[in-house]
Amino acid sequence: MIVAADPLLSGHVGLVVFLIVLGKAVVTLGICLIATMLMIWFERKVISDLQNRIGPNRAGPFGILQTLADGLKVILKEDLVPEKSDRWVFRLAPILTMIPAFITFGMIPIGGDFTDGNGGVVHMFGHDTLLQLANPDAGVLVILAMSSIAVYGVMLAGWSSGSKYPLLGSVRASAQMVSYEAALGLGVLAVVLVGSNDAGISSLTTNSIVSAQMPWGWNLWVTGLVPFVIFILAATAELNRPPFDLVEAEQELVGSFQTEYSGFRFAIFYLAEFLNAITMGAIVVTLFLGGPGGPVLFGPGWMWGFVWFFLKLVAVLYAFVWTRASVPRVRYDQLMDLGWKVLIPLGVGWMLLLVGIRVGADAGWNPVVTVAVAAVVMVACYGLLRLAGATSRRLAAEALDAPEGVID
Amino acid sequence: MGYLGGFLVTFRQRGRKQRYTREYAKGEGGKRDKPDRLHGRHVLNRYEDGMEKCIGCELCAGVCPANCIYVRGADNDPAAPTSPGERFGFVYEINYLRCIHCDLCVEACPTEAITESKLFEFSFTNRQDAIYTKAELVVGDDGLPQRLPWEDWSDLDAVAARSSAWVRATAPGGSVDYEGKVGWSGELGFGVKAPELGQTAPAPDLSYHDVEAEAEGPFDDAHAGEDD
Repeated sequence: MIVAADPLLSGHVGLVVFLIVLGKAVVTLGICLIATMLMIWFERKVISDLQNRIGPNRAGPFGILQTLADGLKVILKEDLVPEKSDRWVFRLAPILTMIPAFITFGMIPIGGDFTDGNGGVVHMFGHDTLLQLANPDAGVLVILAMSSIAVYGVMLAGWSSGSKYPLLGSVRASAQMVSYEAALGLGVLAVVLVGSNDAGISSLTTNSIVSAQMPWGWNLWVTGLVPFVIFILAATAELNRPPFDLVEAEQELVGSFQTEYSGFRFAIFYLAEFLNAITMGAIVVTLFLGGPGGPVLFGPGWMWGFVWFFLKLVAVLYAFVWTRASVPRVRYDQLMDLGWKVLIPLGVGWMLLLVGIRVGADAGWNPVVTVAVAAVVMVACYGLLRLAGATSRRLAAEALDAPEGVID
Repeated sequence: MGYLGGFLVTFRQRGRKQRYTREYAKGEGGKRDKPDRLHGRHVLNRYEDGMEKCIGCELCAGVCPANCIYVRGADNDPAAPTSPGERFGFVYEINYLRCIHCDLCVEACPTEAITESKLFEFSFTNRQDAIYTKAELVVGDDGLPQRLPWEDWSDLDAVAARSSAWVRATAPGGSVDYEGKVGWSGELGFGVKAPELGQTAPAPDLSYHDVEAEAEGPFDDAHAGEDD
């Protein structure tokens, strides 16, 4: 059952329940669209602030309607499908990038009362429910699956355009996003590992991941910061945001997969790009920053869920924008090195460390010794990895220096 | 910090009052100051007594690389002359769909009749508006350019002091102090620019009256009544 684990659906499913679910779906869609609009404005305004510029200031107060104007303009443009493109896939690709972002956002708890073991349940129209569209049992796995599907959107867009720059971009996209998918998964794995309840059973649902972090056991420090850093870096790469925006790389690939798109389809790509940023920010908030949980200062508890979620999300998004304003794009080999040689080994090592601590706690080992042994093993493994890397580099250099014909 | 040092650089910029960019045409400062040599929309100048400077010689039309100027000269009516001389331009049209604002017409003009203002923010929606005729190009009685409805003259006061005119290759009044130096021709509404760095002589007064005083013209009698 995809929408299981919501108290709303555990009882009799009547008309009111149906209407509540429908209402939540509409509200989620609305939030996604409005948030995207505001995100584009937010990004442009913040990045101007960080670059000593003013940014959009003409449309509406503080230029807040700039996105609306841009969207209107782009929709009124000619919608072009290139002659050599694969028409069906060309039309499908933008939708494939957009839909997963919407679905993922539907699984994020964006509010709810998480204080006093409430588990995010609020009471509305005579029913208990969670303030998220769906709370599937597979939870974060569905999120990871959706983020994998989003790769297809970018990849197919480039492939179906029938033009060389989009194709190069799609090759880059598939390589980059598949590589960082692994690191992303390792970050999630750490969260799932520490999130188990007293019975030792971990739950994958986003709701229980948030509940497990209450009141102040944020995974940010419970998992020891490293998985958070891995996740943030991998998420930035997954989003194709700077400094990992090699997929777009305007200077080399024109606009990569977007090159041949115009009009409404381009608008969808644009929307998906920013909606994905919001969704990824929301996932970071859910997994590492305690989601909508936080102290209730006054008034009803459900209200503060929204407030804390919003504040945390804005903080994460500001970090994304700040990164974009600050660091130059990495080289492609640096990108691959970071993904495969740093993030994945580190993620695996950290996961084993967390497992070791967990097993040690169950078996009654001395925690200090456990951590010390784990640290020594990790350092030893890191040394071996470095040695292997150095050896392969040395061999490659020797092979280059060797005279013609004797390269083995 | 190396690679991550960029974070500090950008973080120091946030929330500054003084920005590198300005809000366009709004608030303090308004529009950015125009460069001295900006080429904008043309004006046809007049002498201070109201006589037109254009003598209808068609040199501007001849030199125009875009073929956007159309001039026809005609003989002045001795009783009521339009310009101080034998002929005047009775048709003068500039097609702004073709004009590239190269300023060659301004340099070709022997009487400094045509100069370029600092106005570049004008947009028209039909061909008729794009072709400026003499009625639109000639400066008003105050010496300022006419302000047409599709032109944005909101910063007229700011650009007036640094308006138009053209850069001379030689001294305007024959003064050796100007030789090889940048000089500016005078304009009715805006006057003559102050000397630039390196120019010792005061800017010459190029009004019609000076010319009149130096050379006896056939229209002295006609304008005697206007001189006070």
